[in-house]
Amino acid sequence: MSIIVQNISKFYQSLQAVDAISFEVKEGELFGLIGPDGAGKTTIFRILTTLLIPTQGEAQVLGFDVVNDYKSIRNSVGYMPGKFSLYQDLTVEENLQFFATIFGTTIEENYELIKDIYIQIEPFKDRKAGALSGGMKQKLALCCALIHAPKVLFLDEPTTGVDPVSRKEFWQMLKRLQQKGITILVSTPYMDEASLCDRIALIQKGKILKINPPAAIISEFDKTIYAVSSLYKHKLILDLKAYPTMHSVYAFGEFIHYIDEKSDFHSQDLNNYLISKNHQKIEILAIEPTIEDIFMDL
Amino acid sequence: MNQEKIITVQNLTKTFGTFTAVKGISFDVYKGEIFGFLGANGAGKTTAIKMLIGISKPSSGKAVVAGYDVVENTESVKKSIGYMSQKFSLYDDLTIKENITFFGGIYGLSRKNIKLKMNDLLTELSLQDVANKLVGSLPLGWKQKLSFSIALLHEPQIVFLDEPTGGVDPITRRQFWEMIYAEANKGTTIFVTTHYMDEAEYCDRVSIMVEGVIEALDSPKKLKEQFNVASMNDVFLKLARNVE
Repeated sequence: MSIIVQNISKFYQSLQAVDAISFEVKEGELFGLIGPDGAGKTTIFRILTTLLIPTQGEAQVLGFDVVNDYKSIRNSVGYMPGKFSLYQDLTVEENLQFFATIFGTTIEENYELIKDIYIQIEPFKDRKAGALSGGMKQKLALCCALIHAPKVLFLDEPTTGVDPVSRKEFWQMLKRLQQKGITILVSTPYMDEASLCDRIALIQKGKILKINPPAAIISEFDKTIYAVSSLYKHKLILDLKAYPTMHSVYAFGEFIHYIDEKSDFHSQDLNNYLISKNHQKIEILAIEPTIEDIFMDL
Repeated sequence: MNQEKIITVQNLTKTFGTFTAVKGISFDVYKGEIFGFLGANGAGKTTAIKMLIGISKPSSGKAVVAGYDVVENTESVKKSIGYMSQKFSLYDDLTIKENITFFGGIYGLSRKNIKLKMNDLLTELSLQDVANKLVGSLPLGWKQKLSFSIALLHEPQIVFLDEPTGGVDPITRRQFWEMIYAEANKGTTIFVTTHYMDEAEYCDRVSIMVEGVIEALDSPKKLKEQFNVASMNDVFLKLARNVE
């Protein structure tokens, strides 16, 4: 096991940010912490990277205790915080040089590891980090987190605020790093990224709600989701919410996802109801749930 | 949909030194429309929005917002619009009530009107119990809903939302969009940017900006047909990937 978390809790005065969380991450695994803002993801990262001491519980990273062996952990892990934390008034190259030096290594020594990523920002190596675009900052931060060839990589919301194209590229980079044997713990508020992890923990309000491979989480889900559409989307949401046996109604891209509370639900009844509400071009289809559907139903 | 134009943009351009961030874009937004303004990071979205809300001067071209020219009648533009962004919205170290009073005052509302609006707003968002709490102590989703309501205090004709739902949990994100729908139904024009492509589907029309140029503009349905793909995410990937 690369990471072992046992019953970790963290209080900030009376606020409990993390509530008795336990999970393990295997060597070489790409493990995702999936949850919204305020779920406690960043606190978990800060505990595992030895920047915060847990109020209760124990955790080990690479066999080292996060409290007693913090120095050993710091030398062998890479951390990319959610907030951009490089030196804005140093250039791209200076930042990388700086991080290599404080970890007692050189850019040349581990260049192979960062090469794929660094070549994309190398044309801007003399630009100050503060003047980079969001996507480039993120690539530089990843290079800096990798420059000492860490065995475990902690990435706290690396893709928040990043456009879909850059998000896709970023996950391709993560897959390549994983193939090089690096264990990766990554957090994200984007539910569609969950399917790219080996295993995920769904987390909300400081608690882990579920841990499993994404496919298993989907196949375990025991409710039927219907994708509903009609010509009038806003009215459709309101009318579905008023349907007597409604369990949940959520807008979902071009469709509305509807779950009924009855097990003997017939979509024809709902169709008739929507016709009576003057909807046109009604479509109701049973579909496979996504991680986001399941998350919202927890 | 109403065909009355509320935003007209003609050849709008912004240059920083030798770099052209926005390259002569032209488009119209109709009254009461939910208009999605999409693009990759660095495509020029923020620069374009800044010109439309009157805080950045165009290098050339013209934009008329709510009937006012953004260069000649900047102050009138600002009074006719609401604005919220993910980065700056409210003061964390003021309470909810103080924030409402402060922004109401900035927008020139009378004390009486502020009081009325305050009650409506607190009831609508079910925030009565926490009205005297600091905004900084609220979950992000609540902050964003509150900040949207505050951007509407002065009943603007158009509201600009710059990534309003970034990092917000899936349920609150949807509640936020239901607020947007309700506001659009009242006739307010919504101009919104987002990185969530499912949200692009909620817009009446969507424009996609690539390297300073608007590469596509149509309803989500027509864009999907045009690019022969199943989702807005694929439309986006197709357009933005061609850049490489």
